[in-house]
Amino acid sequence: MSSTESGADVAPVVEPPVGGQALTDFALDEGPADLKGAMRASFDRIRGGELGSIPAVLAIIVLVAIFGLTRPDSFLSKLNFANFLEQASSIIVIAMAVTFVLLLGEIDLAAGYTAGVAGAVLATRLQADWPLIPAAGMSMLVALALGVFTGFMVAKVGIPSFVVTLANVLLFQGILLLLVREGGSVRIQSEAVNDLVGGALSPGLSWLVSAIGVGLFALSQVRRQRESHGAIPMSLVWLRVGFAVVLVGVITFVLNQNRAFANAPAPIKGMPIVIPVLAVMVVVLSFVLSRTAYGRHLYAVGGNAEAARRAGINVQRLRLSAFAVTGVIAGIGGWFLASRVNSVDANTGANDTLLLAVGAAVIGGTSLFGGRGRMVNAVLGGLVLALIPNGLGLVGKTTLLGYDIDFSSSGVKFIASGVALLAASSVDALSRKRTT
Amino acid sequence: MNQPSGVLDGSAADPGPPLLHADGLNKSFGPVQVLHDVDFRVYPGQVTALIGDNGAGKSTLVKCIAGIHAIDAGVIRFDGAEAHIDDPKAATALGIKVVYQDLALCENLDIVQNMFLGRELTKRGVLDEHAMEQAARETLASLGVRTVKSVRQQVSSLSGGQRQTVAIAKAVLGNAQLVVLDEPTAALGVAQTEQVLDLVKRLAGNGVAVVLISHNMNDVLEVADRVSAMYLGRIAADLPNDDTMTRESLVQLITSGRAGDIGLTEGITE
Repeated sequence: MSSTESGADVAPVVEPPVGGQALTDFALDEGPADLKGAMRASFDRIRGGELGSIPAVLAIIVLVAIFGLTRPDSFLSKLNFANFLEQASSIIVIAMAVTFVLLLGEIDLAAGYTAGVAGAVLATRLQADWPLIPAAGMSMLVALALGVFTGFMVAKVGIPSFVVTLANVLLFQGILLLLVREGGSVRIQSEAVNDLVGGALSPGLSWLVSAIGVGLFALSQVRRQRESHGAIPMSLVWLRVGFAVVLVGVITFVLNQNRAFANAPAPIKGMPIVIPVLAVMVVVLSFVLSRTAYGRHLYAVGGNAEAARRAGINVQRLRLSAFAVTGVIAGIGGWFLASRVNSVDANTGANDTLLLAVGAAVIGGTSLFGGRGRMVNAVLGGLVLALIPNGLGLVGKTTLLGYDIDFSSSGVKFIASGVALLAASSVDALSRKRTT
Repeated sequence: MNQPSGVLDGSAADPGPPLLHADGLNKSFGPVQVLHDVDFRVYPGQVTALIGDNGAGKSTLVKCIAGIHAIDAGVIRFDGAEAHIDDPKAATALGIKVVYQDLALCENLDIVQNMFLGRELTKRGVLDEHAMEQAARETLASLGVRTVKSVRQQVSSLSGGQRQTVAIAKAVLGNAQLVVLDEPTAALGVAQTEQVLDLVKRLAGNGVAVVLISHNMNDVLEVADRVSAMYLGRIAADLPNDDTMTRESLVQLITSGRAGDIGLTEGITE
């Protein structure tokens, strides 16, 4: 056997590669081991067309800079920061939901209405004086049933997902209308539900949650470094952990300041509850995608379904399950939607909800062609798509080149979001061209 | 690599007992009989080239061995015992692996992920990446692969020859005893063809029985220990690859089922 065996535990000296031919077998597997090597490796990946979430991160930085410069007092206010995170939360959850089917190269156009129906089930059960847990369980069960139904139609009957979920848009909208009774709205009294989006942790608890979060992150990074047997340099781990400490520390500090208006009756301070909830969801779902065989098989089917089938993967069952998972997570997204306005009506999950969710996933770097995407993409893309209306709304009316433009109008917001989505899918399509 | 064989008629060269012996295989699709009393042997540690024109029955024969087609009549003996290969799973369980021309790789996954697709190693439910990486590297090293920079490279970034290499390594990983390669060099350039042929030799050197389907007679002459030529659904000849075998004789066997005094008798060849 070759020298690769011994290279695992001793940090080897890697000759700088002089063109592809000069490298012997697995030369790169013995590196990078130092920070420079790790950075070069990720730079090579980017050049190879694997942009991942870089466009989304850039978009966030650019948008924050633009809005921050034009409206420093309102956009950069602490209240708006918390508000914006809450606006983004439901888009992010539904984007995470559709990521599962997007990975297969499928689509769920009705995920928004799945969320609406789940929200309506929760609201009506609570109104019927069910306790919270059974009501939430019922809501989740209904969302699962809707997902399984979609998956059955796609995987077993063999109808393209685009068509099935197009029909579902009408079907689920009908169910939603029946549940909330036309024109009606179901109020939610449960404080636990209403606090999901809008509630805040106490400042002390905020620090505790932040500390636990960063601690777990550090632990997982160190573990991964150890499991990589030298492929990940320790300095990179410290860099990441240090960055996380600073970022989370600053965010927690800002959120722990009173952000209510000067004449408000009570102070508002502490981390919005959505943040730890979203963080837990991202971690759990990312784990499923990247560390389990199930997740691996999702990517495989999205990449080459025939190869996956020949490798013994039950492609039909996997498709069905992906739609089921999408249904359940979209259902949880419905709770976020309901919690934000403390009620459910015929518009919950309707209109542009689904488009924004799919848009968020794609802007974050998830491919519409299947086989590529992560949970973090949904978060980053969701932030971009929430930043646009939030910032534009605060910019308001301005005179530009002699024209009066109302940036807070829906027209401008739609156009801006549409442009962002087109830009993101162009990046997706072009980088795909480059890698194949 | 070639086994010494002083006998010219091809019947008495003794490479030991065959690992796989398909005896009297018949297969029809409706009224069309595709395989006629096929007698096909594959020996461990040897490369058996399966040649023949399009429609001669090569693919059907391979699919019968791989459990994709059920046979109408005949016996398949594997390792001396009669084997009933009714579905692909049964073939896999015996250690029969087929690398089809389309390779069946997922471009969006890396080499390790492809090699372990559908049989991932897990530790308490979590993917054991390190163990898979090690095993993948060992398998590639045992095949003498020297062209892969990292086992964590995505398949989309690999060349055609490298992809063929990965597909073969994927087939070999585990308990492969017999590997069928369907035109592994058809789409490759000169240098890459050479790499893949080296790998084929190395595979047989490791004791694996290799069936090489190829239309390229130079490849066949270079790596094959034995040649089975098919003509119109029959085995026209089963010969050791010795110095009497030439490109011309192989082409004659493929096109007419006869070459000199070997091959099918006139009656059968229509």
